[in-house]
Amino acid sequence: MATKTDIQADLATIVEEIAGIPASQVQPEKQFIDDLDVDSLSMVEIVVAAEERFGVRIPDDDVKGLRTVGDAVDYIERASAA
Amino acid sequence: MSFDLDPGLGARHTAILGLGTYRPSRVVTNAEIVEAIDSSDEWIQQRSGIRQRRFATPEESVQAMAVAAATTAIERAGIEPAQVDAVIVATVSHLLQTPAVATAVADELGLQRPAAFDISAACAGFCHGLAIASDLVRGGSSTYVLVIGVERLSDITDRTDRSTAFLFADGAGAVVVGPSDEPGIGPVVWGSDGAQFDLIRQREDWRDVVASDDPRMPHLVMQGNAVFRWAAFEMAKIAHAALDRTGIGVDDLDLFVPHQANLRIVDAMARSLGLPPHVAIARDIVDQGNTSAASIPLALDRMVEDGEAKSGDMALLIAFGAGLAYAAQVVKVP
Repeated sequence: MATKTDIQADLATIVEEIAGIPASQVQPEKQFIDDLDVDSLSMVEIVVAAEERFGVRIPDDDVKGLRTVGDAVDYIERASAA
Repeated sequence: MSFDLDPGLGARHTAILGLGTYRPSRVVTNAEIVEAIDSSDEWIQQRSGIRQRRFATPEESVQAMAVAAATTAIERAGIEPAQVDAVIVATVSHLLQTPAVATAVADELGLQRPAAFDISAACAGFCHGLAIASDLVRGGSSTYVLVIGVERLSDITDRTDRSTAFLFADGAGAVVVGPSDEPGIGPVVWGSDGAQFDLIRQREDWRDVVASDDPRMPHLVMQGNAVFRWAAFEMAKIAHAALDRTGIGVDDLDLFVPHQANLRIVDAMARSLGLPPHVAIARDIVDQGNTSAASIPLALDRMVEDGEAKSGDMALLIAFGAGLAYAAQVVKVP
């Protein structure tokens, strides 16, 4: 069972690989679009990579609700516990 | 009296014998597109990789562009026009539905009354046509088949739609498929997902347009992010399946020529496939836009012109689009 810290670290690596944003900047309070400059297509790629990494399913309708890195970490934690 | 319904068999192997294209004359920059969609050159390039596209003039009709591309393809195939015995046109933008534009194209080319028909598989049309043509030749129904992908998407694009106005464009590409001593067209991996019919579609039925108080062209509409997810990831699996059917690994490939839907899709697919650095990747979309059924032959022809592709190279083609229809195969460059 992955902890919040593990999820945060792995997600930061994914964001760095796909969007080129240093993992150290991928902090829970950061907004994907406004703070990290991740556009909607990169967001789709990040979501798909996260699905594979964490073995969860994140439907398109739920992606819109993931505004911050923290939102995504919480979502993945809940989804992987389910 | 005896009967024989066995049609026999055709050629053991097939190949693309010649490739021709037609790029419309009018270059349309992003600057010309942005005002109607309240956007910028920078946003369009970041979102799609597109710097410019080409729109057909009124004289550059679907038929005219198809004939121009086909003429070159037949010349390069080294056959006489009269040897072509089937014509398949893949298009969604020939707005006179009946008869098939393939029949008029065949006549204008001076062909000898070949079988001629259009297919509707949208952006996947070229690879569908290629698969059908190869099987016609292998099955013995035809000997030389002309396959043409041609579009005038500018006619059916809403210039004020932020999700499509900068993407769609016009053009034509054609190949001659015929018998070959060596296999040159691999097995097709194809299918569709009609549950996602609405993701890319003509906005409404023609009958609803006619019945409307404000009749307007039923433009193409698209749910961009959902299409991106499907294309970038599900289609990479189909591309892999097409390789698996042939036993060819990514290391054996020379070229990757996906439908030029969006540079972001091309790049994401290439990443998903894990293509090694020596594989040249088609990026014709940057200067040509998304030309639907015409995009793969246009992209391959540019790679040949630029010296990125040479005769005998092994190319992975994959086309995908509305339907959601898709088709992929490995071919040898003519």
